[in-house]
Amino acid sequence: MPNMSLKKVPIPEQDPQVRNKNFDEVALGYTEEMAIEEAKRCLNCKHKPCIAGCPVNVQIPEFISLIAEGKFAEAYETIIQTNSLPAVCGRVCPQETQCEQRCVRGIKGEPVAIGRLERFAADWAMKHLEKTYEKTPRNGKKVAVIGSGPSGLSCAGDLIKMGYDVTIFEAFHTAGGVLVYGIPEFRLPKALVQKEIDGLLAQGVEIRTNMVIGKTFTIDELFQEGYSAVFIGSGAGLPNFMNIPGENLNGVYSANEFLTRINLMKAYKNDADTPIKRGKTVAVVGGGNVAMDAARSAIRLGADKVYIVYRRSEKELPARLEEIHHAKEEGIIFKFLTNPIRILGDENGWVTGLECVEMELGEPDASGRRRPVVKEGSQHILEVDTVIISIGTSPNPLIRGTTPDLETNQWGCIVADEQTGQTSKEGVFAGGDAVTGAATVILAMGAGKAAAKAIDEYIKSKG
Amino acid sequence: MYKIVRKEVLNAQVKFLEIEAPFVARKAEPGQFIILRAYDEGERIPLTIADYDREKGTVTIIFQEVGASTRLLGSLNVGDSLADFCGPLGVASHFEGVKKAAIIGGGLGTAIAYPQAKKLHSMGVDVDVITGFRNKDLIILEKEMAAVSNRLIVTTDDGSNGTKGFVSDILKKLIDEGNTYDVVVAIGPPIMMKVVSDVTRPYGIKTIVSLNPIMIDGTGMCGGCRVTVGGKIKFACVDGPDFDGHQVDFNELIRRLSIYKDHERAAQERHQCRLEGKINA
Repeated sequence: MPNMSLKKVPIPEQDPQVRNKNFDEVALGYTEEMAIEEAKRCLNCKHKPCIAGCPVNVQIPEFISLIAEGKFAEAYETIIQTNSLPAVCGRVCPQETQCEQRCVRGIKGEPVAIGRLERFAADWAMKHLEKTYEKTPRNGKKVAVIGSGPSGLSCAGDLIKMGYDVTIFEAFHTAGGVLVYGIPEFRLPKALVQKEIDGLLAQGVEIRTNMVIGKTFTIDELFQEGYSAVFIGSGAGLPNFMNIPGENLNGVYSANEFLTRINLMKAYKNDADTPIKRGKTVAVVGGGNVAMDAARSAIRLGADKVYIVYRRSEKELPARLEEIHHAKEEGIIFKFLTNPIRILGDENGWVTGLECVEMELGEPDASGRRRPVVKEGSQHILEVDTVIISIGTSPNPLIRGTTPDLETNQWGCIVADEQTGQTSKEGVFAGGDAVTGAATVILAMGAGKAAAKAIDEYIKSKG
Repeated sequence: MYKIVRKEVLNAQVKFLEIEAPFVARKAEPGQFIILRAYDEGERIPLTIADYDREKGTVTIIFQEVGASTRLLGSLNVGDSLADFCGPLGVASHFEGVKKAAIIGGGLGTAIAYPQAKKLHSMGVDVDVITGFRNKDLIILEKEMAAVSNRLIVTTDDGSNGTKGFVSDILKKLIDEGNTYDVVVAIGPPIMMKVVSDVTRPYGIKTIVSLNPIMIDGTGMCGGCRVTVGGKIKFACVDGPDFDGHQVDFNELIRRLSIYKDHERAAQERHQCRLEGKINA
């Protein structure tokens, strides 16, 4: 008998007033009993609409049935047939707009908690399964993967299984890309990411850190080094600023800088070598997941007041509902329909406030969201000592600047075929944020997988 | 990886390390920089490349022990390895069409000015080098600079080496004596680069400065190194570190360099124990 409860089995979480003072993971995960109970809510529909909602086509009803039967190891094996990073995806995927959005149980009541179950299976496997990797025979062909974020890791993971020698080139000193520098510990523990990377290493993937492609090597030099194909998964790491007065005052961070200091460089630890300014009153400008991460990190660093300043209304917030909900629980103050026009500073150049205007929603713009317009006479000042700009990122110019035959669009994104990742340059494939602009982990992973398949076909076609 | 093959103590605070880094050495050009971490968990420290040897596959860095991290770096010896060494980063200096140049090095900046002088000298450019130090005990690279210049003037703030004065005053004197420079390269503390830029501005002499603001990744990702040049925001790591000295907002640069002063003081105290532990070990 399926469990006909309209609600998901709640996932245990740290208390908001406790967790907003630490960087430990917020959601604690299902127990075996909870997982089985939730798994029983799945109707195992014949037409499996959920799978179509997953960019990497995880066999969702199949793994959930296995959980319901208590076959956790088998459930995990089912997931990793198509998803090489389930512990990551179970935590950071926007399931509510993907698999869970299409769940039949969601028509009346809440959809099955597919994300939580995926996470459960992955965590269970990490704890209980001794991972062994079958080493596929090598085919003697080398592929270079640029960037060790979600797209690069998934591309490398598939290529190594196909028998290629895969080298990942990473600019930072640590592999993981946005999973280690961007997404905070409290949403995605770094030890988990490291385990996934260790798995790739165990299968024979080589990771070379401190390699800035475009500087240390160009793409053409990689071909000279004997690589048969190159996958570019360099992400969208260049922070956008607002171009308003005061942006260079002391105490103004890009979200990238703020989060990198905290996540990659561990500045949240008291004895870390890398410093960070622990603001008392902080304004985060923007409404995406990165803005939520920055705000929730700021409160954990000891801020008394943290504002999210967003120029549209709550309805238009691009962040995941869960992140918004968590942020509110933790005491983040949302200032909707508010747009910064100037950052104010004291005589020593430190931030003292954020001057804003209020907005009203007008006609829908090109993105379909209603365009905000300034409300007359609404100028006001938020008194803050730190401002974090989180209004998006663009792809890094280092690769396109040194690869003249690589076509990019007006935003600097690499132009690549949607199905294969093929770029304008022969043998060069691309995927993830470097192609789409800032998007999600799972879309990048999907693109990495698609490119791996296309790279395999390309190399085989060359003989 | 990244083994130290040569170490020299240039003065009480300034150390010279030649490091095995073949991929960086292969591409390095004057004006570019690297980012290193001395050990795991360490800070990412950006340092401008002082010299490189493509055949040996080594890169030289010269640094001043100003904070906890650089002191720890300075405590390493030949045979020790660095955790990370990434580069070459930033845009290389360009000197097309230059016939006569003045290279100004202020204190530690002399180490970064050296590869520029060397490059220009090797291109057949008439190179005048002016270096300035607080006193004669702090003088570095005198022999090396003499070897890559047509004229070298070493000056001290207190006159303890026999030549008293600021580099900017000496440059002005040389210009007024009729030396016509196509370019002035000024590298040193921001205030010195600012003053030199002010000296050359009325003469309309192109003046290149090398900026070293606070940064993390060095690839354009954090934006921490943003500087205002000609009224526009530039990232020193990818747009620089060389900029037109007449366009740089030096006051902003100096202010932004002070962001972590308080943290640095605390870190110094904390590191003292670690460092002493290391030395005693």
